[in-house]
Amino acid sequence: MNKLLLIIQREYFSRVKKKSFILMTILGPLLMAGVLIVPVWLAMRDKTDHQVLVLDHSGLFVEKLTNTKQIKFTYGAESIASAKLKLKDGPFDLIMEIKGDALNDEKTTPVLYYKKQPGISTEQYITNQMENILFDYRLQGDSIDIKKIDKARRQVQLLTLKVTENGNDEKTNTEINMAIGFGCAIAIYFMIFMYGSQVMRGVIEEKSNRIVEVIISSVKPFQLMLGKIIGVALVGLTQFILWIILTLILQAAITTFLFKNEIADKVKQNSQIEKVMKNDLSAGISTMEKVQTPNEAIAIFNDLDKVNFSQIIICFAFFFLFGYLLYAALFAAIGSAVDNEADTQQFILPVTIPLILSFIIAQNIIKDPDSSMAQFFSIFPLTSPIVMMVRLPFGVPMWELLLSMFMLIIGFLFFTWLAGKIYRTGILMYGKKTTWKELGKWLFYKG
Amino acid sequence: MDSILEVKNINKNYGHYQALKDVSLHIPEKSIFGLLGPNGAGKTSLIRIINQITGPDSGEVFFCGEKLAPKHVDLIGYLPEERGLYKKMSVGEQVMYLAQLKGLKKNIAKEKLNHWFKKFEIESWWDKKIEELSKGMQQKVQFIVTVLHEPKLLILDEPFSGFDPINAQLIKNEILELREKGSTIIFSTHNMGSVEELCDNIALINKSEKILDGTVNDIRKAHRSNTYHIIFKGNLLGFTNALWAGAEILEKKSSGDIHTLTVKLLRQTTPNAILEAVLQNAEIISFHEIVPSMNDIFISVVENKPALNTQSYFTE
Repeated sequence: MNKLLLIIQREYFSRVKKKSFILMTILGPLLMAGVLIVPVWLAMRDKTDHQVLVLDHSGLFVEKLTNTKQIKFTYGAESIASAKLKLKDGPFDLIMEIKGDALNDEKTTPVLYYKKQPGISTEQYITNQMENILFDYRLQGDSIDIKKIDKARRQVQLLTLKVTENGNDEKTNTEINMAIGFGCAIAIYFMIFMYGSQVMRGVIEEKSNRIVEVIISSVKPFQLMLGKIIGVALVGLTQFILWIILTLILQAAITTFLFKNEIADKVKQNSQIEKVMKNDLSAGISTMEKVQTPNEAIAIFNDLDKVNFSQIIICFAFFFLFGYLLYAALFAAIGSAVDNEADTQQFILPVTIPLILSFIIAQNIIKDPDSSMAQFFSIFPLTSPIVMMVRLPFGVPMWELLLSMFMLIIGFLFFTWLAGKIYRTGILMYGKKTTWKELGKWLFYKG
Repeated sequence: MDSILEVKNINKNYGHYQALKDVSLHIPEKSIFGLLGPNGAGKTSLIRIINQITGPDSGEVFFCGEKLAPKHVDLIGYLPEERGLYKKMSVGEQVMYLAQLKGLKKNIAKEKLNHWFKKFEIESWWDKKIEELSKGMQQKVQFIVTVLHEPKLLILDEPFSGFDPINAQLIKNEILELREKGSTIIFSTHNMGSVEELCDNIALINKSEKILDGTVNDIRKAHRSNTYHIIFKGNLLGFTNALWAGAEILEKKSSGDIHTLTVKLLRQTTPNAILEAVLQNAEIISFHEIVPSMNDIFISVVENKPALNTQSYFTE
């Protein structure tokens, strides 16, 4: 059998069989689901109905607080002591007492009594209502026309339209583009780091176990390095696919069981949440907050349809794969140059700088996705896997995309060749701490 | 004798450092060849070139008359000085993996492994992890992996380190048996005792250059310094007087009337002449030539000093 295949096999199975792999694979989707679902669930849980008894001694708020589906205000004039009895036996679960001088005395605050702590949104709603009423009242006192102020305060909503190739206008959503771009970039960033450092640890392990010389008397050092990189890539792929499958199963389970009761009487919200959850995870996070009404949600999903998903998925796969391969080779070279993991720091930092830099650049790119800086860094191989993914949803000319891909392949070949030279010398060096200068010399040693 | 390995004028540089300088070796088939030298002399560099882990800057290596090529890797077994195994992997998986890397088919590897594990009585280790084994046990597994594919050329770098005397003997016997079966063994060590015991030929490398090679017997004979060890009973003074013209006394020790002397014969003197002179004064208990040990030769050649020191008393 081909020796490279044997190495890939070992690297793959020795990792996949590890307990930590199995644990991470199972915990990953649980954590992910937790991050996505817990806020939604908490928000829904808070939507219990409240009956609020308002004891307004100032008289300012009487009949002015607006009821919602969940919060109903009733006004009374009895003493707080007798009102508290009603709190005990029902029908009210909240009592708000506003002292007579609440209007003029800033230090007197309204008090909200409760039997069961209301959610923060309920408190916020009540505070908002009261603030608005007070605002109007004071302006009226100064004889200013509220309508004029409302008019003056008119909000501007910018409609962004993309002129497509065939001359049609197309509505785009910058926020969604941002979310998708950033989501992909973060995923690539983490996977490069996670699996890249697995490669590095694997190399250090072989070196510190002293097995490396045994193996390279049978295979070429480059084969060993390549086998490890490919093996770990397959581990990553396996984990990724399992995560997706498990996440989908988990989501299906949670939507059916956890939200069943809530959903029954809130059909509209149901469709909105389901849609959010079924859609691209990263996009979901940012849209979730935005989604207030079903109409808005539908608008967002219409916008999502405009995103060129097939292009993004293909590019994600490509930039992830080659980005990983490039960095994994560098990580392997680092691993070969040191005796233990503690010594890796001085070499890791320079390797990670381009990755971190990519993220800093990404912030600016979102403001201006077609700047010359954006163009440069989305073509430069060390930063392109992240920067190009951020740019991509905003639309990138085909020639730039192809050039970027081509450069990444060239970069991958170059850095793998470079790493291979360091690797084959490094794995046989024991005991002394390697410096950058020595690393440079290794490049010029003859095979 | 046909040579299995022919090393011709090898040079190897690491940057400005020259690790090997015009080294040539001729390693006869079915022999045990000792590759000796102090630390940092260039032995490992040479071994790595033979294993094709690195390549020489200039010079050539021939394996069975052919220029060394990647296909020869499977015909060589290498036990490096810096050796180990995957700690977290089970013994069985590991030996199967390494055997297959050496080009053995799965079923053949399994068969051979069963044979060796039975021979060393370690079948019960198959499912254990390497980290659960003692150092000596790991070395045994490692040795099996090295010889499993029945290499024509076996390169052993300090093979006895990590073994207790019993297991070291076991391995020694295996090495001798492998030679009987037709393997050639290159044996790199600092343990000169085992060189005398095992090696047919040696080469000594110092400071990147080969400074000595030949059969062990020839080398030892060549390094004789005409020194003899005499124990006798009788008159010391009469003895030394009889001796003084023909020999130099390097050391003497007396207990009662038993005297022990180390003498170096001067140019024309023969052992017989000495004995004649001595016989008149003393009763000889023991008389023998001090042939330098490989240890002495090693030290003397490396430090460029004559091959005799007082340690040699105990060698023959």
